[in-house]
Amino acid sequence: NTGLFINNEFVTGAHTIDTINPSTGKLITSVQAAETEQVNAAVDAAEKAFYGGWKQSNPRERSRLMHKLTDLIERDAEDMAQLEALDNGKPFGFSYAVEIPLVLSQLRYFAGFCDKLHGKVIETEGKLSYTVHEPIGVCAGIIPWNVGALMLAWKVAPAICCGNTIIVKTSELTPLSALKIAALVKEAGFPPGVINIITGYGPTAGDALSRHMKISKIAFTGSLPTGRAIMKAAAETNLKKVTLELGGKSPNIIFDDVEDLDKAVWYSLNGIFAIGGQICFGGSRLYIQEGIYDAFLEKFKAMAAARKVGDPFNDREAEQGPQVSETQLKRVLSYIESGKAEGATVYHGGVRKGDTGYFIEPTIFTDVKPDMRIMKEEIFGPVVAITKFKDEKDVIAQANDTTYGLAAGVFTSSIKRAITVSNALEAGTVWVNCYMQVDSNSPFGGYKQSGLGRESGEYVLQDYTQVKAIKINIGL
Amino acid sequence: MVQPDLQTVRLSNGKEITVHTHLFINNEFVPGHGPLIETINPATEEVICSVHSADEQDVNAAVNAAATCFKDTWRKVAPAEKARLINKLADLMERDRDELAILDALDNGKAFTVARDVDITDSIACYRYFAGWADKIHGKTIDTTFDKMCYTRHEALGVVGAVIPWNYPTMMAAWKFAPALAAGNCIVMKTSEITPLPAYKFAALVKEAGFPAGVVNIITGYGHTTGNYLSGHPLVSKMAFTGSTATGRKVMESSSTSNLKKLQLELGGKSAQIVCADADLDQAAEWACGGIFNNHGQSCNAGSRILVHESVHDQFLELFIKHTKAMIKIGDPFEEDTFQGPQISKAQFDKILNYIEIGKKEGAVVSYGGKRWGNKGYYIEPTVFTNCHNQMRIMREEIFGPVVAIAKFKTIEEAIDIANDSDYGLAGSVYTTNLDTAITVTNEIKTGTMWVNCFDVFDQSTPFGGYKQSGFGKELGKYSLQEYTQVKVVKILRSSKI
Repeated sequence: NTGLFINNEFVTGAHTIDTINPSTGKLITSVQAAETEQVNAAVDAAEKAFYGGWKQSNPRERSRLMHKLTDLIERDAEDMAQLEALDNGKPFGFSYAVEIPLVLSQLRYFAGFCDKLHGKVIETEGKLSYTVHEPIGVCAGIIPWNVGALMLAWKVAPAICCGNTIIVKTSELTPLSALKIAALVKEAGFPPGVINIITGYGPTAGDALSRHMKISKIAFTGSLPTGRAIMKAAAETNLKKVTLELGGKSPNIIFDDVEDLDKAVWYSLNGIFAIGGQICFGGSRLYIQEGIYDAFLEKFKAMAAARKVGDPFNDREAEQGPQVSETQLKRVLSYIESGKAEGATVYHGGVRKGDTGYFIEPTIFTDVKPDMRIMKEEIFGPVVAITKFKDEKDVIAQANDTTYGLAAGVFTSSIKRAITVSNALEAGTVWVNCYMQVDSNSPFGGYKQSGLGRESGEYVLQDYTQVKAIKINIGL
Repeated sequence: MVQPDLQTVRLSNGKEITVHTHLFINNEFVPGHGPLIETINPATEEVICSVHSADEQDVNAAVNAAATCFKDTWRKVAPAEKARLINKLADLMERDRDELAILDALDNGKAFTVARDVDITDSIACYRYFAGWADKIHGKTIDTTFDKMCYTRHEALGVVGAVIPWNYPTMMAAWKFAPALAAGNCIVMKTSEITPLPAYKFAALVKEAGFPAGVVNIITGYGHTTGNYLSGHPLVSKMAFTGSTATGRKVMESSSTSNLKKLQLELGGKSAQIVCADADLDQAAEWACGGIFNNHGQSCNAGSRILVHESVHDQFLELFIKHTKAMIKIGDPFEEDTFQGPQISKAQFDKILNYIEIGKKEGAVVSYGGKRWGNKGYYIEPTVFTNCHNQMRIMREEIFGPVVAIAKFKTIEEAIDIANDSDYGLAGSVYTTNLDTAITVTNEIKTGTMWVNCFDVFDQSTPFGGYKQSGFGKELGKYSLQEYTQVKVVKILRSSKI
């Protein structure tokens, strides 16, 4: 299916967008794209669905539909993973064994929450006072291209659980897996207009969603500049609620009392090179204490050198596929050049791999300084900058010296150090002796300019409901 | 010659009091580098005194003081100690209740008795309520997989910025300070340049209570300068703003271009009070009267539209006017029996009188009031418009004065539609004796607070905040703590198998 999914139908858009296979640089197919007119149609559909029965829907019915959708995604998991691998370039194994199971767990977690949205009864004088946590209404989600299927689940699951209707705009770079899910939405039996899935460009379709007067909440995952634009657009229009999940420059700190060096290397390597480094919480600044520096770096380099980079379809052994697009390829390569120009050492990699497809060798920089661009700016590629450090206090200061605050890693066997350092790090998630452990029931989101609001877990429900206090006079 | 901090001010009853006029930064009263701003007594239209205002340099000094204090001191103070300090502050406010009330009445124009018995009393209750939360801010442990230990911490944000309005000077400050302090933050607050005096008295009590220097910083200045510097400051992690929707937009835009600081906006309203045919009409009229005329109509949650079932309209109107006459005694704020003082300023005074003209032009009927009261001070008669419909400007735009617009409805569905036909969604009420009507109407109105058979009843423990363009985020209650904390999840893996 390549249409816009509005009101349970695949419809024509304003124009089409080509989606490219980043392993080959060749066209996969073209999909319909939305402009303002189609966005308006989607909002109308979502609004009609909300007031036409969804707002008053029985929570158990919402739960049943969410479970049905999840079962269908599970039935078609292999197709879904293949579409993600084809469209994004990530290894099929990653999508099938990691990403799709997280999609399923997110949907099932929130399917179980639908009938557990509790307000409170609050004791006050002479009154019955209580709160109700109501759905907000029509919500919008704008999702990125790195883990498209998962990001779709992270927006749809809590929105639907709380009784809202939703319009999700996928990235024009990776529209395909979401359109597959769209077909399953209809098959599962969701009423028309409850879930709408469209694609389009950010400055047109995305902007139209940000400014729409009938959208009461927008959730965005993507870059910092676009996050700013969305908040500004909300300020200029109807003050819709905004949650943002933006970039990161997450520090990963290896202390010399790390318990299992091989494990630390494995987590750290995957923590930056997974999906070609195209993850918002990538541990892109690696801090290694001087006592363990040489040993860690040797193992890290060996693992990087052994990493298989290739087409996820033709090479089932591939651990890392291409970057998602030519634009991203050029961007990452230009950051590598800036690292060299600013005096960092390319310890491994640092070049494009091959001539077709957008592949980059896993790249390690050493001899880095804190003010280098490769240490300050989000590269979103398979590039890690490694710093040697002496003591705890110093590394905490360096780790926190960023406008981002999405995640962090700490490797140590000392309980005191684990707790002290994780307390001190300005990040929304701190992983201790692991990295990139994502669970549907724990909250995820950024400190500082990595964003606003939390996704997953009970915490996200706050962002998809609005609280009304009702106070009934019984004795005043 | 820099104006000294302490100034002597004479009240209308001849009494003299001393007020602070400097900025309060790092537990000291320091001169500001912005222009001197005159603060006017709205009852006499005369200048009370001038106060210092903050320029960009002063805002930086205040924010830096808060940031340094948070990093070095305040975040290390045990929650129970924070609670003790907030309670001590409440005790001092109780001791100096009258003095605080005098300043609210003098600078704002509200009746002294109201300032004392409502504003200051509720402010003290707010501090005591949140003091109790300081050591009860809980994270969770979350069972994810067997091999991980996973927990959340609800951490303080650091430096919080607050901009408060002039309508409840001491109470609006309390609604920001109390949860912010309980959650462990340091604060820089900009008061309204129209009512700067009460907060400086409060500042002296902050120091006396023993708060470390830099926890509470209070400045004043214009919105488009001082307020703007604060909204855009990179070291401020959150802005809490109460004021107009127009300025709320600017605060949000400022966040988007600076550091995406967390936001909480409490903006305007055009709340509807719905009077059903089966209501106890006399009770409804009395509550509805307070609902619009409390605080001279200068409340964001004012029940400024009254929708009355056509079968009881005339009867209700008669009772409403009866209660208005009985309840609303206009006079000098310092007279014992005054209910309604002057409006806050010449600008507001002109704006309200203009809306009264607009109402007349739109075809609404002035059933009571409609004019200035007296010839000195910004006094306006409580004004009742009837024969209104929901497309009139006096039914759609926030007037922020003692002006109510009354319209009829035929069916409860119609009343709900009219009530919801607004860009605002702050409060509202329904007067009925029928259970189904009460539950249905409260469910259907898109607003943050619904009162049933009452209005304007506030508790420290219940959340307050708007739907739609009345803003987002909650004040008061446990809900407000979410606005002043950020969540960190820590996930510790303990297995040795990959």
